[in-house]
Amino acid sequence: MTETAAAAPDNGSSKSILERLARVLVENPEEGLDIVREAFEQESERAAALIQTEAENFERLKEIRLDFFGDKGSLSLANKQMREVDNAHKKNIGKFLGQARANLNKLLDERTAQLEAEREARILVEEAVDVTATTPRRFIGGRHPISLMKEKLTDIFVGMGWEVADGPELESEWYNFDALNIKPDHPAREMQDTFYVEPRAAHLLLRTHTSPVQMRTMRSRDLPLYIVCPGQVYRTDELDATHTPVFHQIEGLAVDKGLTMADLKGTLEYMARAMFGEEAKIRLRPNFFPFTEPSAELDLWHPGAKGGPRWIEWGGCGMVNPNVLRAAGIDPEEYSGFAFGMGIERTLMFRNNVADMHDMVEGDVRFSEQFGMEI
Amino acid sequence: MRVPLSWLREFAPVPETAEELMADLVKVGLEEEDIHRPADELRGPIVVGQVLSMEPETHSNGKTVNWCQVRVVPEGQEQTLTGKGIEPSGVQGIICGAHNFKPGDKVVVTLPGAMLPGGFEITARKTYGHKSAGMIASVRELGIGEDQGGILVLSEIGLDPELGTDAMELLGLYEEAAEVNVTPDRGYAFSLRGIAREFCHATERPFHDFVEDYAARAPQANGSGYPVELDNSVELNGKPGTTRFVTRLVKGVNASAPTPPWMAARLRLAGVRSVSLPVDISNYVMLETGQPLHFYDADKLNGTLVARRAAAGEKLTTLDEVERELTEQDLVIADASGPIGLAGVMGGASTEVSDSTVNIVVEAARFDEVSIARTARRHKLISEASKRFERGVDAQLQAAAAQRAVELLVELAGGTAEEGVTDVALPYEPTVIFLPEGYTASRIGVDYTPEQIQSTLSEIGCVVERVDSGYRVTVPSWRTDLLAKEDLTEEVARIDGYDNIPSRLPSAPAGRGYTPEQVAYRRVLDSLASSGMTEVFAYPFVSADANNLWSSPDADVQVPSVRLENPISSEQGWMRRSLLPGLVDVLKRNISRGFKNLAIYESGRVFLPGERLGSDSIPAFGVTPDESVLDEINAGIPAQPVYVSGLFAGAEHEPMPHVQARPYDWRDAVDAARLVGYALGVEVVVTQGAHQAFHPGRTATLRTVTGELIGYAGELHPKLLQTLNLPERVCAFELDLDALFTSRTGVPQASPIYGYPAATQDVALIVDEAIPAADIAHALREGAGELLEHIQVFDDYRGKGIDEGKKSLAFALRFRAPDRTLTAEEASASREAAVANAAALYGAIARV
Repeated sequence: MTETAAAAPDNGSSKSILERLARVLVENPEEGLDIVREAFEQESERAAALIQTEAENFERLKEIRLDFFGDKGSLSLANKQMREVDNAHKKNIGKFLGQARANLNKLLDERTAQLEAEREARILVEEAVDVTATTPRRFIGGRHPISLMKEKLTDIFVGMGWEVADGPELESEWYNFDALNIKPDHPAREMQDTFYVEPRAAHLLLRTHTSPVQMRTMRSRDLPLYIVCPGQVYRTDELDATHTPVFHQIEGLAVDKGLTMADLKGTLEYMARAMFGEEAKIRLRPNFFPFTEPSAELDLWHPGAKGGPRWIEWGGCGMVNPNVLRAAGIDPEEYSGFAFGMGIERTLMFRNNVADMHDMVEGDVRFSEQFGMEI
Repeated sequence: MRVPLSWLREFAPVPETAEELMADLVKVGLEEEDIHRPADELRGPIVVGQVLSMEPETHSNGKTVNWCQVRVVPEGQEQTLTGKGIEPSGVQGIICGAHNFKPGDKVVVTLPGAMLPGGFEITARKTYGHKSAGMIASVRELGIGEDQGGILVLSEIGLDPELGTDAMELLGLYEEAAEVNVTPDRGYAFSLRGIAREFCHATERPFHDFVEDYAARAPQANGSGYPVELDNSVELNGKPGTTRFVTRLVKGVNASAPTPPWMAARLRLAGVRSVSLPVDISNYVMLETGQPLHFYDADKLNGTLVARRAAAGEKLTTLDEVERELTEQDLVIADASGPIGLAGVMGGASTEVSDSTVNIVVEAARFDEVSIARTARRHKLISEASKRFERGVDAQLQAAAAQRAVELLVELAGGTAEEGVTDVALPYEPTVIFLPEGYTASRIGVDYTPEQIQSTLSEIGCVVERVDSGYRVTVPSWRTDLLAKEDLTEEVARIDGYDNIPSRLPSAPAGRGYTPEQVAYRRVLDSLASSGMTEVFAYPFVSADANNLWSSPDADVQVPSVRLENPISSEQGWMRRSLLPGLVDVLKRNISRGFKNLAIYESGRVFLPGERLGSDSIPAFGVTPDESVLDEINAGIPAQPVYVSGLFAGAEHEPMPHVQARPYDWRDAVDAARLVGYALGVEVVVTQGAHQAFHPGRTATLRTVTGELIGYAGELHPKLLQTLNLPERVCAFELDLDALFTSRTGVPQASPIYGYPAATQDVALIVDEAIPAADIAHALREGAGELLEHIQVFDDYRGKGIDEGKKSLAFALRFRAPDRTLTAEEASASREAAVANAAALYGAIARV
């Protein structure tokens, strides 16, 4: 560092830059460049110190900016004076000025960004809320488990290539009984406590099971046939903890060449595992239904039963009675079929631990809402 | 069927407990129902005692009681039982309020420490100034019957046991019965005989049919029996009413002799009340063999017994003292005096056996199943006899059962069997079935060997002959259910055990999956739940008034409803035409349980009868009907479209920190309807409408794009809400989902999405108050032309600055061109055209 440079004035005002600049230009054109550079460096340092120590907020930062870049700011004035600088020095001095401006801009930008970040952080703090101090704005609804169970069951069968069929709830006596080999005056017809439509001569009733759909699909669809039918059925039971006059069943029917009771067992076993896990098993016990022969009661080994794994009565099944196939116009020598049916409420009761039928039918919103969209 | 174990044990090696027995029977299809074990409710010491003395004492309450000394150990012995209140001397002091006994009578004494049914503990206690240590029991107190005349005097039931005998043992109270469910096809299992046979099948034991022993002892029919005539001139369904009629005559019976306790105990356990010795014997034989019997007082009969149909208008007073008017379908037993019994259902009062009866005619007959079933139901007389006849009674059983009854009458009632035996029968033709080789395997999936098939069918009583390519199977007379080869197939599989059937998963052909309808309906249900509603189910039973209110928009128009013949409640005796009445009930129930903010929905069928209701042309049973017959049947079944409906009450949410409450209003109902359309992929067109159940000014009519009416949405009528006792401003929607779904048109086609900037402009129009905003929006859309991409109403202002009867509607319009950036001028021109159209159609004036 030269002596002159060392003797540079301590007051880094804009005026001193100009004075030095003038002096350099007049008196000491040879060494002047160092002095000018030093002057600009000092001005930069002064700005950096100001920004660091005083620029606490946007307002002060703006004042500091004006000190250098305002109309009377030191660097603005220096810029103006460049006109008077001799051409021989213009380039060098312009370079020093440019560096000083760039330095200062950088410092100002950095500080601005810093202040902005601080401000944003402060706002986010100020805007904080207690996210637990609220209740859901939208009333949380839910599906009824009966309809979810219907879907869960049909999903299993659709996955196997079966189709879902449907039929009327207010049904003809013929479809509900006669077509299913349930003779008039036979005790089996009396077993199903039936709601009849007035007048009785109309031969209409509320279907006592989903089985009339068997005849409807057999008559309307091509063979082979693999269908399930979930639906609402009716019996004249009074509502109590385990009975309801309006309830739901799912019916399955397969008619194909070469179907045996082994196919029935395999299908039910698949369904049981899909619903109750790999540990689930099924068992068939002899029973009687007029529309199947042989007929069986279906027991489920429920691995997740409340109080420990056990056998539970789940539904009825059997090989479609040849009389039923005949009534559908199907040759029972060529084709055979199997059918099964189970109660959806009952399934919910032991699968989802619904203890009282009242909950299923009363429509208390708490009942559906506890399941939401999944059972 | 309730099966007393000790009784069954006479015919088969039955296990110790009812539980074990039922576990065996369930394997062959006799499902367990219940266990009846009196000892579960009774606890000793209950012993035989003898009344030594009784002193009547009349007390201040006017009641006379007896202060009795009762010896409960044999004379000369001391009491070996110990316990509080049990006298070492063997003589108990007991206060007894009954008077139907005398010193010297042997009675049943419940000693202190005993327990009677209902948890009634016996203790020694102070009463009427004495220490009464025990109780002299009646049959009711012991839980074994209804009191006839006070306490049970053992001599009156023919007993004279040693004092101190365990009375529970004496009265058969340690016995137990297993109750199993007999399916309606297996009438033969409605007897000890059938159950014993099935038990032997289940446990792979040979069965000895004891009925064969009775048959062997029965004398041959001869000409000297009580005369019988079968008059089968009137058939029912082409079948004769009576196929066999056996009579026997027993003379000199003591009809008032007591029923032995073992028999009374067995009957009681079987669920049959003990009435008198002759009646008990007939019931006993019925339970044992499955053959219902009837006993006549021979001295009250007038000549030949004729089994015939009743003549219309004939009357009969049955045993229950009810006079019944008979129909031409009823089967009766008549003598010269007219009908004296409703065949197979209930006897007549005029020839009833009474205590003074001396000579008894025993009837063992076989009647047609359907005939008995109809008569029993017609006269509402379902009896133990009718239950067995309608399920089918063994055609070869009558003589044997009559023999058993005669033997018991002789043995227990001191009668003498007369030699005359009448047995009138139509020829019996056993059922013969051809079972083709391989048929059983083809239906069960198990390759049974010929030996297995033959031995199994023989075991159940069939006669099996190996013939070319199969088996000729003659069915035993008691198996009225075995009619075809599939029935034999079941027997083979059942006796071999269903557990031996393997498991095989059949592969269905590739299916079409869910139908578009099924997918869409599920989406509707999911969408409504996701929108914050809760799915519920209501019973579809409603009143006719409810249907007329909810299903008819116009209060003056009544709608037809399906009525049930036997509803649960007569008031709710009709099938719903709307889901809303059921939802209203559900809403009320929830409100009563403390909820006020509710959004509920239901989807289900409604029942809309047309001009025809039902059909009287039911095809004959077992016939494959013609399509035309089924078309006829189907035409009579009311339409049952699927609806979806919902109700909103209260608010979507309550106030919460910094958020106001948001009450539900008519918009929520309209939005829900639109959401349903969205889920189905169709538009629900909302127009201003009217329905008697809805607020006259806040009702939307819902239509398909083709204009078909499919439902309503809006706020319910304030008056109706008041009547229904519901909160104010409840809103509702109801949609015919089937009709809405049907309005779907093909595969949705994409519109191009243009990327050029949009120009947005607002317009405010002054129009008559009565003109719906949707109509104005429609006019604007039409007038604006293709550049208009979207239009939305955002303000409806009435009041200051707007003339009376007018309103100002403000719309936001968004314009866009497919191929360029729109200029402000182009957008303005389009807007002006829109306004001009609204002005032309509705006199709308642009508000500046």
